[in-house]
Amino acid sequence: MSVLEVSNLSKRFGSLVAVRDISLTVENGELRAVIGPNGAGKTTFFNLLSGFFAPSAGSIAFDGRDITGVPAHRRVGLGMARTFQITEIFPELTVFENIRIATEVAADYRLRPWLNRAEAADLRRRIEETLALVALSGKTDRLVGELAHGDQRAAEIAMALALKPRLLLLDEPTAGMGDQETYEITQLIRRLHKDGKLTIVLIEHDMRVVFHLADRITVLDQGSFLAEGTPREIAANEAVQSAYLGKAA
Amino acid sequence: MTSEQWKRLAVLLVIWGGLIFAPYWMPLFGGYTALGSRVLVLGLGAMAVNFLLGFTGVLSFGHAAWFGLGAYGCGLALKFVALSTPLGLLAGTLVGGIAGAILGALLVRRRGIYFAMVTIAFGQVFYYIAFQWSSLTGGDDGLRGFARQPLDFKLFRIDLLHNDVYFYYFVLICFAAVVAIMAFVLRSPFGRTMIAIRENQRRARFLGIPIELHIWIAFTLSCFFMAFAGALYALVNNFADPRMLHYSLSGDFVIMAVMGGMRAFWGPLLGAVIFVVLQDYISSVTVNWMSFIGILIVLIVMFFPRGVLGLLRQRSTA
Repeated sequence: MSVLEVSNLSKRFGSLVAVRDISLTVENGELRAVIGPNGAGKTTFFNLLSGFFAPSAGSIAFDGRDITGVPAHRRVGLGMARTFQITEIFPELTVFENIRIATEVAADYRLRPWLNRAEAADLRRRIEETLALVALSGKTDRLVGELAHGDQRAAEIAMALALKPRLLLLDEPTAGMGDQETYEITQLIRRLHKDGKLTIVLIEHDMRVVFHLADRITVLDQGSFLAEGTPREIAANEAVQSAYLGKAA
Repeated sequence: MTSEQWKRLAVLLVIWGGLIFAPYWMPLFGGYTALGSRVLVLGLGAMAVNFLLGFTGVLSFGHAAWFGLGAYGCGLALKFVALSTPLGLLAGTLVGGIAGAILGALLVRRRGIYFAMVTIAFGQVFYYIAFQWSSLTGGDDGLRGFARQPLDFKLFRIDLLHNDVYFYYFVLICFAAVVAIMAFVLRSPFGRTMIAIRENQRRARFLGIPIELHIWIAFTLSCFFMAFAGALYALVNNFADPRMLHYSLSGDFVIMAVMGGMRAFWGPLLGAVIFVVLQDYISSVTVNWMSFIGILIVLIVMFFPRGVLGLLRQRSTA
């Protein structure tokens, strides 16, 4: 069954059409990359998926359920987690505290006045599991804001994973990273996808990362759908090449 | 225990030791017990403001409204309903807290400066009601004709009215109870969502936290704490006054929190000590005592943005 089904989605800001009539379907266990030149509407598209703002037209179904009007925080509860192009974390809290907040919300403890011993122990175990998954176990007591950029990204992904998502939305996970860090994050995403059987949609500029990871690729250009296919098909697609290289080429 | 925990224990011992023995050491420095009661009550108010400001990241500039409603609720209950100190406290807390909960529901969608502006507006509404409704509130002259009542335990009575030291300890016990509730909330999973909202609202929302609901709960709790402090303040003075609702008092509470240190749990109490003591000493010398507070707050904000307690903390870890 498809996890995500987007139909004819559009977003207008005044007279600007940022996203125009986009449809796509993401299957369970798939890793989909969304690419396109700057200004293609990728991040707007993500913001529509995650409920950051409402679409002007069209609909979004998640696990077969229409979520077009569902507010952002409830989409998270349904199993949709995201990261941001510019890392969004709690910089003045420790790595442990960052992950703890996410884990507690996922366990539906957010309104609880206290936890009993068993709940607290279980919570700690889950936090440690999540930290191990992103290789941050050695840095639990460090302030997240003081970590290297790559580790901050890993912490943000860990927070999303702590939510036990059905669908993970990653907005340019390797933005601003060096080669080594890019390699490590790519390996992490690959593990989550292959070993964790996680359905992932990611926006990415680094084509090495895209072609290494993606099962299928969707290409946007100037807010509109341009092409979709396997990495091999997209690499051979002339419309995609001209969008990236400029119409003159 | 780690050295961090020892340090924390030492701080708690100093604070509680200082408060418990205040009636004995304050006279040595020219203080008096009633001043101690005032510091505790205003400190509690500043801590209630900071519960919202320092731990949820939401600035209310109208919190005196809940403080003043607590004071009037307490005074009116003592004057017209029954001669009972606990009843007065309960009435004041409920009046201010429930009013805060209702208006808070209208407020939580506002952010930042807009939130602060609307809180001022609501606060001033209550100020003018108290000012105009003379038949009930005594108007500009304030509400008189009530006094704190002895605590009656059947076997013995504790005279709170004439014995300042007994009353100080009564206030201290009330203070300790509310502060314990605050600390308890802040250490709970809910308290951690407050910190999350303070640190990064966008991240908090996309972790699945309905932030309007959580801000409303934090705001409401803060209003109940504030109203309780206001009810105590009516007992301290045996008097309630429209100025207890005025936004300038709201500003005073914010100043105490900022001076003492917003990110520190005990910061606002220290701020209240500095504020009230300076007010008490300087106002006996000059009516312009507020300009000295003003200079002090400018210096603190410029040089120690984390407040006095923030500065002390930095020193102790450096």
